[in-house]
Amino acid sequence: MQKKYVVLAALGLAVSSAHVLLGSPAKPAGSAVITGKVSYSGTPPKMKPIDMSKEPVCAKEHNPPDKTQNVVTGDTDALQWVVVYISAGDQGGAAPSAPVRFDQKGCMYLPHVLAMEVDQPLEIYSNDPVAHNIHPMPKINNEWNKSQPPGSPPIQTKWDKPEFIPVKCNIHPWMHGYFAVLRTSHYDITGEDGKFSLKGLPPGKYTVTAWQEQYGSQSQEVTITAGETKTVNFVFKVLPYSF
Amino acid sequence: MSGKFFGLLVGMITVVSSAFFVLHTWWLPPDISRLGHGVDHQLNETMIGTGLLFIAGQLVLAVFVWIYGSKNETRKIKFFPGGGAVMVTFAIVIVGIEILVLTFVGSKVWASIYIDPPPANAMQIDVSAEQFAFYFRYPGPDGKFGATHPELANDGNGNFFGLDPMNDVAARDDIVVATLTVPVNRPIVLTMHSKDMIHSFYVPALRLQQDIVPGLTIPVHFTATKEGRYEIVCTQLCGLGHYNMRAFLDVVSQTDFDQWLKSQSGD
Repeated sequence: MQKKYVVLAALGLAVSSAHVLLGSPAKPAGSAVITGKVSYSGTPPKMKPIDMSKEPVCAKEHNPPDKTQNVVTGDTDALQWVVVYISAGDQGGAAPSAPVRFDQKGCMYLPHVLAMEVDQPLEIYSNDPVAHNIHPMPKINNEWNKSQPPGSPPIQTKWDKPEFIPVKCNIHPWMHGYFAVLRTSHYDITGEDGKFSLKGLPPGKYTVTAWQEQYGSQSQEVTITAGETKTVNFVFKVLPYSF
Repeated sequence: MSGKFFGLLVGMITVVSSAFFVLHTWWLPPDISRLGHGVDHQLNETMIGTGLLFIAGQLVLAVFVWIYGSKNETRKIKFFPGGGAVMVTFAIVIVGIEILVLTFVGSKVWASIYIDPPPANAMQIDVSAEQFAFYFRYPGPDGKFGATHPELANDGNGNFFGLDPMNDVAARDDIVVATLTVPVNRPIVLTMHSKDMIHSFYVPALRLQQDIVPGLTIPVHFTATKEGRYEIVCTQLCGLGHYNMRAFLDVVSQTDFDQWLKSQSGD
C-alpha cells in the first residue's frame, strides 16, 4: 500500500514540475510600452469649411462650420487621426466582446477614425433628427449600406478581415470617416498632441505601423525587453493640396 | 341617390377645385428673374384656356347628371346627329387648336430663356449635381476654371469637382461652395454637369428648370432681379436622398458679392 502512495506522489510531483517548467497556457501579460509622436514636415493642405445648408437642422449645430478632416494638424507639427498599431510580432488573440461605438451627430461622423479589432462588435448610432444612410466602402470585407431614419436603433455589425474602410453617408456627401479594422489589440489613434502609446506589450520584436488616410502607411521595427518603454516617432511628408 | 345629388356634387367639386387655382392658394413664389414674367404669363394663359374648358365641360356634365341621373329614368336616350364620331372630332379639333396656340405663343418665351444666348457680360459659374447635393464653382481671381478629373473627385476632402490643384495652377484658386451666391441684376451662365444620375436644377423663384444629364454640359442663364435667399431643388427623382437634395441661391448686392468672393479666395 505504501508503494502505491509513493508512486502517486511521484506522479503528482512530476506533473506539477512539468506544468511549472512549460509555463501556463494563457498569453503572457506584457509590461513594455512603445510610445511616440506622429508629426508632419512640409506645408499641410488647408482644410475646407463644410457647408451644410441643405440640412439646416445640422447646419445650425456648427457655427462656425466644421472643416474637412483628411489632414488634421494639431499642436505645433502634430498630425491627428493617425492610427498607430502593431502590424507584426503580435501574438493575437480572441476578439474583445465589448463593442466599439460610432456616432452620427450633427451630420458628422464621431470619431472621424474608429479603430477596432477583427470580429469585434461595432455599434453605429444615429442621433440626428434627419435620416442618414451609412455606406462603408471596403475592398476586402463585404460592402453594405443601411438607412437610419430618425429614432432608429443602432446598427450592430462587425468586420471579419483587417482593412482600412472609408465610410460615407449616401444622403450627406460631406460626411466622411474611416473604420480601422486591425488584427491586434495594441493600437492607438493620435489626438491633438500627435502622441500615441502602445501599452502592455510582451518583450519581443515588433513592427509598428502608422497609417494616415491621405499619406498612407509607414512602418518601423522595434525590439523591446520586459518592462521597457521605447520611443518611436513618425514623420509624414505633407503636401499643400488635398487629394 | 338621385341624379340631382350627384349633379350638385359634380358641380361643387368643379367649383371648389378650380377656386384653388383662381385664388392662387398654393402658387409659385414671387418671380425674381428678368424673364420670369414671360413664364408666368404663359402659365396663366394655359390655366385660363384649359381652366375655362375644364369648368365648362364639368358644369355641362353636372347639368346632364342633374336632369337625367336618377335611377328611375325612363326617357329614351337621344344622340347628337352624327353620333360619337362627330363629338370626338369636335373635341380633338378644339383641344388641338388650344395646344397649337399655346405652343406658338409659348415658344417665344421658351426661346428667350433656353435658346437665346446669354448677354456678353454674363458671369459663368460651374455647377455639379450629385447624389444628393449641388455644388458650385467660381473661377477665382485668375478668371480661369481648372480642369476637372472625375477620377480625382473626393467628397470627403471637399473636392467635389475632381480638381488637381497640385499639378493644375488654374485649379488652385477655384472657389467651390454649396450655396449659389450671385450679384443682383447681373446675367449669370450656369454650366451644369452631373456626376452620377439625371438630376434637375429648379429654382421656382427664377422660373428656371433644367434637367442635368450625365455626360452632357448643359448651359442655362438667368438674371436675378431681387436680393434674397431662394431655394434650389432637384426635380428629377435621383435616388433615396432625392427628397433631401437642395441648395440655396443667395442674391446679394454687387458690393456684398465682391466682398464674399474676396473672403472665399482668402480661404
